[in-house]
Amino acid sequence: MRYLPLTETEREEMRKTIGIKETKELFSDIPKDKSYFSLADLPSALSESELLEKFKEIGRKNIFPGFLSFLGAGAYQHFIPELVNFLSNKSEFLTPYTPYQPEVSQGSLQGMFEYQTMMAQLTGMDIANSSLYDGGTAAAEGIVLALKKSKKQHILIAGNIHPEYIEIMQTYIKYLDYKMDLVPFDPQSGKLKLAELEGKIDQDTAGFIFQSPNFFGVVEEGKQISAMLHSKNSYSIQIVTEALSLAFLVPPGENDVDLVVGEAQSFGLSLGFGGPYLGFIAAKSEFLRQMPGRFVGQTLDSKGNRGYVLTLSTREQHIKRERATSNICTNEAWCAFRAGIYLATMGKKGLQSIAKTNHLNTAYFVKEVSKLNNVKVKYQKDYYNEVVLEVQNGKTDDFLKKLEAKKILAGIPLHWFYPDQKNTILVNFTEIHRKKDIDQLVQAIGEIK
Amino acid sequence: MNKQLPELMFLKSRDGKEGCSLSAPEIADDLCVLAADKLRKDIADFPQLSEVEIVRHYTNLAHLNYSVDAGFYPLGSCTMKYNPKINEKIANQPEWNAHPYSPIHLVQGNLEIMKSLEELLMKITAMAAFTLTPAAGAHGELTGLRVIRDYLTDKGDARKIVLIPDSAHGTNPASSVLCGYQTKEIPSNENGILEVETLKKHLDKDVAALMITNPNTLGIFEKNIVEIARVLHENGSLLYMDGANMNAFMGIAKPGDLGADVIHLNLHKTFATPHGGGGPGSGPVGVAKDLVKFLPVPIITHEGKEYKVRYHNESGSNRVKNFYGNFLVIIRALVYLLELGKENIRQVAEDAVLNANYIRKKLEPYLDLPYKSKSLHEVIFSDKGLTVKTLDIAKRILDYGMHPFTIYFPLIVHGAMMIEPTETESKETLDQFIDIMIKILDEAKKDPAFVQGAPYSTPVTRLDEVMAAKQLILRWKPAATQTN
Repeated sequence: MRYLPLTETEREEMRKTIGIKETKELFSDIPKDKSYFSLADLPSALSESELLEKFKEIGRKNIFPGFLSFLGAGAYQHFIPELVNFLSNKSEFLTPYTPYQPEVSQGSLQGMFEYQTMMAQLTGMDIANSSLYDGGTAAAEGIVLALKKSKKQHILIAGNIHPEYIEIMQTYIKYLDYKMDLVPFDPQSGKLKLAELEGKIDQDTAGFIFQSPNFFGVVEEGKQISAMLHSKNSYSIQIVTEALSLAFLVPPGENDVDLVVGEAQSFGLSLGFGGPYLGFIAAKSEFLRQMPGRFVGQTLDSKGNRGYVLTLSTREQHIKRERATSNICTNEAWCAFRAGIYLATMGKKGLQSIAKTNHLNTAYFVKEVSKLNNVKVKYQKDYYNEVVLEVQNGKTDDFLKKLEAKKILAGIPLHWFYPDQKNTILVNFTEIHRKKDIDQLVQAIGEIK
Repeated sequence: MNKQLPELMFLKSRDGKEGCSLSAPEIADDLCVLAADKLRKDIADFPQLSEVEIVRHYTNLAHLNYSVDAGFYPLGSCTMKYNPKINEKIANQPEWNAHPYSPIHLVQGNLEIMKSLEELLMKITAMAAFTLTPAAGAHGELTGLRVIRDYLTDKGDARKIVLIPDSAHGTNPASSVLCGYQTKEIPSNENGILEVETLKKHLDKDVAALMITNPNTLGIFEKNIVEIARVLHENGSLLYMDGANMNAFMGIAKPGDLGADVIHLNLHKTFATPHGGGGPGSGPVGVAKDLVKFLPVPIITHEGKEYKVRYHNESGSNRVKNFYGNFLVIIRALVYLLELGKENIRQVAEDAVLNANYIRKKLEPYLDLPYKSKSLHEVIFSDKGLTVKTLDIAKRILDYGMHPFTIYFPLIVHGAMMIEPTETESKETLDQFIDIMIKILDEAKKDPAFVQGAPYSTPVTRLDEVMAAKQLILRWKPAATQTN
């Protein structure tokens, strides 16, 4: 077996050194009747070429390739420059452990420090950590952080956050003594009803978490929301599921948001059927000592040279155990490192340019599709790169199936998340789409009877 | 080869440099529907570099990193085994790269991959069902504990306490607290294991579960485990077995047979997926029959010829992560298991344990072995009787071109050196490591100050961690404004 370098002779030699006859003897603490079970029901070993054949065969059962896709909703298809693959897949970056020995980990550490810097710049916040699992868990960590820091018991949650994120937050605080309350949105605009939000904030409100652009693609009034919360001594927490929007829209920091959490999959991570992705959290510096996850900090070595270490570890589980700020250990370090490479490659101009293209492509679709009678764009104002499309006749499943027959995945039916939304779909546009792709979608929609 | 830290990329940035090639815009700017006050003006100080500068920057960073592809990495409890290259090749194929909300009839292959891994893990562990959604070990702990709490709550049994042995990883108590439990630490005996009598002393009707790592962080198998499970179950409590050290007995015993009600595995340890400098991982959770209905969604089923996905479990969503979990980690683990097959899976554990015991035997004359019980996959020495600290030895190992072991853990061993070689190391490598250790211990005797000054040959020398925590420079800022 190629991953097992010991030869039979060496095993024999080693057993002799240890003073045993059979390796089995080393396992004698395991109850005899519970060990050395039959392996008969496990598959036989495959050779490399057999593995390739086997996975090729499984791959053939995936028939999505070749479809023109407009699926988004928290997972976005963006172009990934080859440089990102080439550099991030170097085994020096892929195969080390967490940098607990900084003297031989400066590559990972400096890369993470640069990533932290770029995320802080993009969000407009003081600090950003070096990764969380994904957007949904980052949202959950965000509200737990706000609740702990404020020492209050009540958190408000926007009703137009990605429904999976809401589910994850609910799971996370299920057994903690906190109260969670949903703030409804206006079905006419897709946006939050600020008057209703204001009425819900009281003395025990730790904060309000909202998503912008929200689940329906609409940009919220971040500045007003933050001001409203701050006037009542509560935190403003923003979720960003499409990190690319940070390069185009006024960043959370400029809206005086206190905590930003979200998903940075858009920064060079492939769709990969949902993971691994990249959760992030960025904050005003007052949150620093209670934040979850790892931080890389700059320092000096004993000769006075610049270097990097994992720092603030007194917050973490391996030191603080049951008093830790979070249980996070292994996170998504490589994804963050890779995102750093992506961001460096795109650069300021590149990022701004494609962030704008995402919006313009969406605007072009809205303009073109508005000429049709069988569909209607539901929220025509303040969208970024996603819109809700109302199907005028019939149900969305039927509508989507007809487009699928033309090899188009036009969007995600919202009844998956909201059972009463029988005739709406969520459609996403990125820089991947050419004008002709959008024309093709519009034409295909127009042909549906 | 350059062994200096490259300048920060922000200092190399210049307006007008480009690292990417963009298509010409097709849509005119005037279609923008957002008002000017919603648009960002600038991303201050964001870098702009050319492609060749980016390549050099990261290539030079790569030179500063040690990795398991470069050499021995005996971090205890981390299972730094070799990461097979065919796993990378297969995981990077475009045919898996579907959107997670693709219609399921278009992604049957991906669903088959997940279901196949679930089924293999069930066979290896004798657990009734698995969820693959947790993103890492600690995330699995949180998920597993919540399943326990849901199960007990469902029975109307609102227990409050999780018992955790003193040798446990810090994630165990931290995860328990996040699940609303109080934790109670219980001591292991002089042989490094939990005694049934000790457990009984702490057991009452308020104990929801015992959370125990097996083999524990001393590398010792909890040989009372079957009796421990029985006593727990008699009391209405559950057994959570942390599978962080599953590499020690994969293919030799099954946690389910030993009485575990909930386990989590670490695909980035036992199942050979790359650590990536601290993730991504994957922490599947396996549960006994009565707990299956409390697993988080999504749940993949196989009905007739088709794979389907359920978004509601009988007890609700319980969702812990977006989408399906870390799919590209899951696929690597499946490739690994299929390459091992029934012919090799047991040999993995046997070689891992043989390697650890070989190191133990060879170093025992030189180092204090605080627990004499049988070692499985790792061996733990203490710094008793040494002229230098564990940290000094670790740093000196770097000079010899190897990565040190885990240090100062578990906490119950003074100056712990926790050595886990894994099965993917040759006897030559083990002998080299043993020779290096003996040499360093000799150096420490003759000239402790020299060892205390190590490392000497790394890109940077010992770093001032106190300064790092005090100054808290967590991001770059232009020189004039650098404060935090």
